[in-house]
Amino acid sequence: MEYWIAFFVGGLICGLAQFIIDRANVAQIHMVAVLVSFGAILGALGVYDSLVSVAGAGALLPMSGFGYLLVKGIWSHGTEQGWTNIGAGIFQFVGLELSFTIVLSFFAAIIWKPRG
Amino acid sequence: MRLAGKQTWVFDDVYLQATGTAVGPFEANGPLGEEFDVVHHDLYCGEKTWELAERRLMKEAIDVCLQKGNVTANDIDFFLAGDLLNQNVTANYTARDLPIPFLCMFGACSTSMETLAVGSALVDGGFARQVLTATSSHNATAERQFRYPTELGVQKPKSATFTVTGAGAALITRKKSRFRITSATVGRVIDAGLKNPLDMGSAMAPAAAHTIEQHFLDLGRSPADYDLIVTGDLSRVGSVIVKELLMEAGYDVTVNYNDCGLMVYRPDQATFAGGSGCACCAVVTYGHLLKEMEKGTFRNMLVVATGALLSPTMMQQKQSIPAIAHGVVIEAAGRGSRWNIG
Amino acid sequence: MSLRKNYQHAVKQFQPKPSYIANSLKAFISGGLLCACGEALRKLYMNGFNVSAVNADHLMMLTIILLAVLFTALGVYDTFSQFAGAGATILLSGFANSLASAAIEHRSEGWVGGVANQMFKVGGAVIVYGVVVAFVLGVVHYIV
Repeated sequence: MEYWIAFFVGGLICGLAQFIIDRANVAQIHMVAVLVSFGAILGALGVYDSLVSVAGAGALLPMSGFGYLLVKGIWSHGTEQGWTNIGAGIFQFVGLELSFTIVLSFFAAIIWKPRG
Repeated sequence: MRLAGKQTWVFDDVYLQATGTAVGPFEANGPLGEEFDVVHHDLYCGEKTWELAERRLMKEAIDVCLQKGNVTANDIDFFLAGDLLNQNVTANYTARDLPIPFLCMFGACSTSMETLAVGSALVDGGFARQVLTATSSHNATAERQFRYPTELGVQKPKSATFTVTGAGAALITRKKSRFRITSATVGRVIDAGLKNPLDMGSAMAPAAAHTIEQHFLDLGRSPADYDLIVTGDLSRVGSVIVKELLMEAGYDVTVNYNDCGLMVYRPDQATFAGGSGCACCAVVTYGHLLKEMEKGTFRNMLVVATGALLSPTMMQQKQSIPAIAHGVVIEAAGRGSRWNIG
Repeated sequence: MSLRKNYQHAVKQFQPKPSYIANSLKAFISGGLLCACGEALRKLYMNGFNVSAVNADHLMMLTIILLAVLFTALGVYDTFSQFAGAGATILLSGFANSLASAAIEHRSEGWVGGVANQMFKVGGAVIVYGVVVAFVLGVVHYIV
């Protein structure tokens, strides 16, 4: 059952994004930026949290999940020490993925040439 | 007066002495694969980077052309060349290795006919005895300069074109050969106000139609005077539009019109709307169409190379795409020295 | 409608339209399948390897990134994207693809000016918009 939910939620986000890309003539790069911002806002509203608990990977893998994790990082870091702490935890939940992507890309560039 | 009408040059004694073509793997697998002089089965052409590969293609096209024309680089008076890359690097670096005075030209994908027209004018005007022209493009260099990294997953629309990997060179002289260059129409920059860089066919069609019409007006001719009217890289989208535009102006080109971008690939090759790039018009004209003319399939043709003068920066600033088209008429000369098709 | 009178409008009838339904369906199925695979990986790490839920999420995402970078380097990911569209580009794997493709593409310009500086050429927008929006929301959260 979880697989079906992940399939439907993830698929729906992708299908909808594709429809907007085609219909409104948006560049795919722009769509990704919009999606990240959207995920961050939904995360702040608390909606995305419940979506992740239901759909799992179906909500985490689309880039809206990335925005959600950024907000989650900021908020979970707490603001007890005052405003100086606002951005401190921003990469708490995606820092690992981000560094991993950068390092892997770097090593990929060492090993492989573009194939065209 | 060699200027006929508004923007057409009429030449007395100019001949295409020899041509050379070099292409990459996609073109080699296409329907015209057999007709090119040098064929590479690797997109890198044995070089380290895409840019070096493109330079090698141009160099090889020139070498073949000189060899077929039975001349050495020292015999050439002027070299006219251009390509798609910033600062025309391929042309400039190729010229660096040649002992020939050099004029660099940029007309985007119209460069092939631009160099041919200006070269013919130089020869006909007595400013040169032999002129060498060359142009090149490479799918990966164009992709990374005008669009995105080659491995980036971006879905392209059906209207997108596929840049031809290849280079074409031509030798223009006064010495009689089988092919005479009789006239050339220099185009105006036409901007139809379109902004989609992934649909260059619709952006360039008005420029092509304008040049073809002006050509007919200047010389008092009609489409029936040509066995073939061929455009450079309007692709499946633009070729329909240009026919429609000419029809509205009262010129029916439906029977003798074709587009180089449609000839260079098979329909089942994943090339979207067809081929584009400087090399598209150059390799098809120099490699395929001239051989057909030699066989007698047609006696004369009007080659209109179309260029979209776009830049990624201007696209990001929401500017529209200006386009240009240059036409050159090539006719089979009755008797002449044997055409070296190699 | 005459092309000569109003080109920008009349030309639309000659321009091919994307097949909206087919494209969206392809994106739905490819994206959905990828997400289901991600879910399967998560379950596998949690139940098979006894990893905590949080770490299973991390491991799942890292696996997807690893595969995306690998397929990018092998020159397969762009072909897949042409088919799947948003089903491949708007996922985390698409982000990994944007970084890896830019890094690999620019290796010819050197390790610093090429690979390092150009790596975020396409994927940078994600970081910038993500951080800006998240930071603003953080400020709002602090004030409210």
